[in-house]
Amino acid sequence: MQPDTHAAQQEAFQAAIWRQDPPAGLTAPAMEEVAQRFAVYRNNVQHSLTRALAGRFPVVEQLVGTAFFTAMARVHIAQEPPQSPVLLGWGAAFGDFLDGFAPVAHLAYLGDVARLEYARGVAYHAADAAPVAADALAVAELAALRLTLHPSVQLFTSPHPALQIWQTHQPGAGRHALTDGPDHALIGRAPDFSIIVAPVDIGTFAVLRALAAGETLASAAQHADPTAALTLLLRHGLITATHTGVSP
Amino acid sequence: MPSLPRTAGLGFKPQHFTEMMATDTIGFIEVHAENYMGDGGAPHAMLAALHDRHAVSIHGVGLSIGSAGGLDPDHLARLRKLIDRYQPESFSEHLAWSSHGAAWLNDLLPLPYTPETLATICAHVDQVQDTLGRRMLLENPATYVTFASSTLSETDFLTELVRRTGCGLLLDVNNVFVSATNHRFDARAYLADFPLFAVGEIHLAGHDSEELPSGTLLIDSHGAPVADPVWTLYAEVLARTGPVPTLIEWDNDVPDFTTLLAEATRANAILHAAERQQTDAA
Repeated sequence: MQPDTHAAQQEAFQAAIWRQDPPAGLTAPAMEEVAQRFAVYRNNVQHSLTRALAGRFPVVEQLVGTAFFTAMARVHIAQEPPQSPVLLGWGAAFGDFLDGFAPVAHLAYLGDVARLEYARGVAYHAADAAPVAADALAVAELAALRLTLHPSVQLFTSPHPALQIWQTHQPGAGRHALTDGPDHALIGRAPDFSIIVAPVDIGTFAVLRALAAGETLASAAQHADPTAALTLLLRHGLITATHTGVSP
Repeated sequence: MPSLPRTAGLGFKPQHFTEMMATDTIGFIEVHAENYMGDGGAPHAMLAALHDRHAVSIHGVGLSIGSAGGLDPDHLARLRKLIDRYQPESFSEHLAWSSHGAAWLNDLLPLPYTPETLATICAHVDQVQDTLGRRMLLENPATYVTFASSTLSETDFLTELVRRTGCGLLLDVNNVFVSATNHRFDARAYLADFPLFAVGEIHLAGHDSEELPSGTLLIDSHGAPVADPVWTLYAEVLARTGPVPTLIEWDNDVPDFTTLLAEATRANAILHAAERQQTDAA
């Protein structure tokens, strides 16, 4: 490839975004200022991606502080830059990154807080689906019923009190003493588009997991009384279909 | 195909949904395509409701039309789906690139103006217009560096692009002012050479400034009111073109809705003056 082709030029420009020196071939009215001018692009890339990450993980940012978050984001961006212009899908790997990032090794819950925040974003953008009517479970053969849950539904679990930590960093949350993990929650999007993060006990969590996997109500009920799980799902419009007979 | 009304419009921010549904001051809204590429939820519900109320301009920031390596077919398909779904009154993108290879850099990066880059971008614009089945507008960039390899002026480049592809242009007057200041050329001379006949929309935005030893460097920040010299250039352009759909862009440190409406009202006054002038001349 000729060094002066368009492709070679972009390759050099892109590589220089992550390095110190500007690429060759740039000009400016005062040539000694090319580096300062090129730095505008480098800053735009770093700043816009850092703010995109902070927008997705506001509680992680609160927990470590903006200055630390910015430095940490710089490392993550260099390791896992977005691969798509649709940034609403970026950040899936951030929780795993935090699990392995030595400077936050003492914050064992941080990766789970990030996964919780990412799951909320997934719920926000998930496909639309209309909920069943409130009396959809008023059927004779309830035990054989299987449910289709809303595309936004995700089940969150952490061995740490990650959910409680996230809750105490919500606007208006008071101070609460944390209990030990594990924490469990149902995450989903209600018909009014509000994002639901509902803490559940371990039994209800097991029921929800069985229902999400397409098991019958009778099968799910082997884990615990399913009343709490069904009430929660119905109240937030998170059941979109019911089926009898074989697994759909 | 319906087009944007020749009045002021505003970039839509979700926190202003209620006010945006209620206002009659603006003629259209603009959204960034990539923010509406999720499967469902509030973004689509808001955009659908807004489109019942106002004309919509979909403004892409993700196509990287200046990529040497070709357009991303997945992104083009997402764009087609979005355009098919909403049938917006306008679709526009940027004369810039944002990705070469895998990593997405999330900024509008500059390119040299040469016969080679012109051929590449013409091919990309043709591909977009064929895929979307409509004419697109391409926006002039704000830049901080130029390329030693450039052999064409930006206005000659854009004029030839329009001639070869039939695309329209989105004239960002703030970008003209920013680039003119940064590269020490005369914004009026640039606008005299600009193919104004192809302009389907105008953007107005605020900028920041830095002082370098050799003089001022302006940064296209979209985080401040439109600057007075930009308003003056805008009025001069409209005196030549008549009214053109005009968007107030304010993407960072977004103020309250009243502040945005005041900017739109100021644009509307200049648009009305241009309309009167056109009527008087007829």
